[in-house]
Parts: sequence; C-alpha cells; structure tokens
Amino acid sequence: MPVGRHIFAGGVVLAVLALGSLFVGVIDLKPSDLWQQSGALNLLLVSRAPRTIAVIITGAALAICGAILQMLVRNRFVEPMTAGTGQGAALGILLVTLFLPEASLLVKMAVAACTALASSVGFLLIVRRLPPTQPLLVPLVGMVYGGVIGAGVTFVAYQADLLQYIDVWMNGEFSGVLQGRYELLWLAAAVALLSYFAADQFAIVGMGRTASINLGLNYTQVVLIGLVALSIVTALTVVTVGMIPFVGLVVPNIISRFYGDNLRSTLPVTALTGAVFVLCSDILGRLLRYPFEIPVGTVFGVIGTGIFLWLLYVPKRHVS
Amino acid sequence: MYLKRLLFMSALLVLCSVLYMTLGAKGSWGFILPFRGQKLAALLLVGVSVSTATVLFQTITQNRILTPSIMGFDALYVLLLTLLVFVFGGQSYVQMPAIGQFLLNTGLLMAASVALFGSLLGRGRVDLMRMILTGIIFGVLFRSLTGFMQRMIDPNEYAVIQSGSFARFTQIETSLLGISTLLTLATLIVVWRVRHRLDVLALGHTAAVNLGETPKRATFLVLVLVALLVSVSTALVGPVAFLGLLVVSLAHLITPTPRHAILLPSAALVAMIVLVGGQTILERVLALSTPLSVVVDVLGGLLFLILLLKGTFR
Repeated sequence: MPVGRHIFAGGVVLAVLALGSLFVGVIDLKPSDLWQQSGALNLLLVSRAPRTIAVIITGAALAICGAILQMLVRNRFVEPMTAGTGQGAALGILLVTLFLPEASLLVKMAVAACTALASSVGFLLIVRRLPPTQPLLVPLVGMVYGGVIGAGVTFVAYQADLLQYIDVWMNGEFSGVLQGRYELLWLAAAVALLSYFAADQFAIVGMGRTASINLGLNYTQVVLIGLVALSIVTALTVVTVGMIPFVGLVVPNIISRFYGDNLRSTLPVTALTGAVFVLCSDILGRLLRYPFEIPVGTVFGVIGTGIFLWLLYVPKRHVS
Repeated sequence: MYLKRLLFMSALLVLCSVLYMTLGAKGSWGFILPFRGQKLAALLLVGVSVSTATVLFQTITQNRILTPSIMGFDALYVLLLTLLVFVFGGQSYVQMPAIGQFLLNTGLLMAASVALFGSLLGRGRVDLMRMILTGIIFGVLFRSLTGFMQRMIDPNEYAVIQSGSFARFTQIETSLLGISTLLTLATLIVVWRVRHRLDVLALGHTAAVNLGETPKRATFLVLVLVALLVSVSTALVGPVAFLGLLVVSLAHLITPTPRHAILLPSAALVAMIVLVGGQTILERVLALSTPLSVVVDVLGGLLFLILLLKGTFR
C-alpha cells in the first residue's frame, strides 16, 4: 500500500482536527476573535494550544510505546498501560510524594520512570516463562499483573490519604493542561522520536531471540533500550495527563493489519493514527456534555474496548 | 466426610462474629448491637452469595479460574443501575421504593447476563483464555460506560442518587437487608435442591448428557441464580473483584471434594470468615483505613496470577 500518500492524508485529518480543537471549549472562541479581542490570543496560547499539543503528543507517543512493547514481548495484545508499566509509574510518584515531598519535578519523574521500568522488566520476566502455545495468556497475565500493582497503589494511597492524587494519575484527562503544566510531554515526544531510529532493531527483536542473535543483534541491549524508552514515555504521560488505556493496544494492531510489521515504515503511521484517535476522543469528550467534560480515558475506554473485541474475534485477513 | 472441618469453620465464624460485635465497643450496647448487627448480617449475606455464585459459575464453566466478577457481572450491575437513572432521571428513580429499584435492577441483570453470557458460555470450552480475556474486556467496557453515563447525567441529579446507590465496604448499604435476605434464602433453597444435578454437571458436557442432564437448560438456570446472587452482594457492598476466586480456591484446599453438598457450605463458611474476620482485623485490630476490598483485591489478584501460571505449566 502507498504508505506515503496515507501519511499525507492522515496529516491533513490531524491538522483539521487540531484546528477544530483550538476552537472547542467552554469559553466561546472564534477564529475571527483572534485579532479583534485582546484576551482571545492569550486564551489560545495559555489553554487551547497547549491542550491540543499535549493530546497529539500523548496519542502518538502511547501508540509508539504500544508498538514497541508488542515487539519486545512478541504478542499483539499488550501495551504499557494495561501491563503494569503505567501502574508502576503511579507507584513511583506515590512513593516520592510520600517520602520526598520536597523533591523537584525531575526527581519525581526519574523515580517514576525507574519504578515503571522495574515493573515492565518484571512483566517481561513473567512472560518469558509462559508457554508460546497460549498467546492470549500474555495479555491476561499483564492485566492482572497491572491490576495487582494498581490495587497496591490504592492500598498505600488509602493509608496516606492520597486518594485524590491517585484518581488524577489513574484516569487520563486533558482538562488540567495549561501552559507551564505540560512541557514535560515534549520530553516524551523526544524519546518517542529517538526510538524511531531503533525501529529496525525493534522489528528484528520481534522475530525472536534466536533470529535476532543470528542477525548480529545485541538482543538484551535492544530489549533494555526499548523498555527504558517506553518506561520514560509512560511515566511522563501518567504524571502529566494520567493513564489512557488501550491506545497503545488497538492502534498498532490496526496499523499492522493494513501495513504489516516493518516498524521503520509503519511507526509514523502508528504515531499519526494514535494522535488522531486520542484527539477525536478528546474533542468528543468536550462536545458531548458541553459545557462539562468527559475524561478522555473514559471516552477511549468505550471506543478502545470495542475495537479490542473486534480484534479478538474477527480474524486477520491475509495480505494479498 | 469433612464434617469436622465444617464444624471447626463454623466455630471459627462464630468466634469472628462475636469479636466483630464486641471488640473496641464504647458506648451503650443498645446502640452498638443493632448498628453492628446490621453490618454483620450484610457481611454474612455477601459472603454466602459471592461464594455460592462463584461455585455455581465454576461448575457450569468447568474450571477454577473464572468467577462472575472476573467476567464482569458486578460491573454490569452498576452499569444497569446507572442506565436506569440515566433513562428515568434521578428524581423519579429515587421516588421509586427501594425494593422496587432493587428488583428492577436484579431483573435487568438476569436478562442481560443470560443474553450476554449465555451465548458466550453455551459454546462449551472452546478457548478458555479467549473467554476470560473477553470477560475482563467486558468488565472494562462496562466500567467505562458507567463512567461515561455518570458524566452524561445532570450533576445535580447524579448527586441525589450517588450517596444511596453505590455501596462500599466502608459504608454498607443496610436498607436492603430484608429483601436481600429473602432473595438469598430463596436462591439458596433452589441451589440446595439441585446440588446433585450440579455434581453431574461438573463432570463435563458429555458425561452430563449421558447421565440424562440437559446442560443448556442448566446453564440458563445457573446464570439466573448467579445474577440474583451478584445483585444482592453488589447492592450491599459494591463490586468485589477477586473475593469469589479467593474463597472458593481456599475452600477447594480445605475440603478437596467435587461434591456440592460439601463444597457449597464450605465455600460459604470460608467467605464469611474472610469477610467478618478480615473486617474485624482491619478495622478494630490494625485500625487501617483501607477498605477490605482493596486487600482482597491484592491477595486475590496474586492468587489469580499464580493459578494462571500454574495451570499452564502442568
């Protein structure tokens, strides 16, 4: 399929959505206001533009993370937010908040990324011991593994009276994104972009350990690099906007059905589709119950599980 | 057979109940006894209904991993409750008598669970992993839809119903005790009468048909009973994810027999001991603020992982 033309079309769709997103919100803002009212430009720069950028970065980065994790684990039905990485990040922030409340944002981030990495390594170690004949066991174990960590986080939060914080991290939404509160996401975007340069390596890892070593790849190193990258991105996302499950799961699957698994050519489409999906959900969430908002995690929870069931029950057609 | 163990567990349950009623009591007994008594009754009811629902469900699906809550039954109950408020509006729903609300929810849950899970379970053991995964995804879908619906309801109306409709372990809903007791008792009588048929069903589809059982009809009956029991427990204390799995696995360890005449009371006793004893320890001894359901979630989730991993290494 002509990937290039599709990327162009997707880019146009994303641009239109992003423009629309700038002018959807509680305060009425029309394009013509920008040069007529004094506060309009300010509103655009402080709230609307940061929010739109945050949504696009989050969607793209989460989709890329999902694609990478699916290669590392060699299973189509996993993603960081439902396999313990997101919950691990939440645990890290919770612990920092408890024991080092004075720590700077960067320290908090580092700790969250470390715990996210630890819990993803744990997941990978469990998955290694699962029999390859039961592919659906992997997502199942991942979800319960994530659930146990999540319950642990809730337990600690109850004891420390921090339940409200937990709510912010566990349910993704963008309504709190303002200028000065989302810039960490640019770091996530940079990490996701960097991981593109290792796309070939990840694609080879997806063929298995033996094949990778045969092809002269330092298998363990590439796996570790992948895990570190997706832990950082996940931790940054959880801290800034909260968990948005299923983006990293459904998007790479859809892309893989149409374009195959050559990550170097599919990752840009994956990122673009992820951004379009999350931006659509966010705009929907803002419009459906105007002037109130429905969190993007909830909107995408409904859409994502629907697509997941479709992926699970409608078999993949072979590419001609 | 195992009678001693059952008796021992009953004694333990009595001990737990007495401790629950008396430990750390300050103030007049005239207030404490009815206040704690209602909560104790609710915990006992929840224990019996969760454990029985789980045993029944595991019998018709012939495995020890699936439970009604893992398949999303209680999430479905909360979703239906929210849907009713959404359709009728908060005010007119609240004006309905509590019993009417409860019966309406229960009826809807029965219909929905038979429609949703009847076809899923009717296929037999095609692919257990796919079925569990579907159930978990259903659970996430139901919860997301609930959250979605709650946002769509007018905030003022939502506040009206929120306090009364969503029970938690920490604030047990006691106004429904009477009707729940009645429903649970009626269900238990039915279950007890069909206990030998359940033994036959547990042998598997082919054997059950050979012995003159009709698995399809039995699946339907069991789904209706499970829906009833899940409604009772969810209405009283809200969703409890892994409680059923935990207590039934324990019951299998304590009384390793496939006979439902032993298994059902044993599982019920374990569940009641875990709930009453756990609540006593958490609230009175350790003075933790964490609700019991969170602790049960951690332990039950770990057990689920172990069961999953062990089941495939065999």
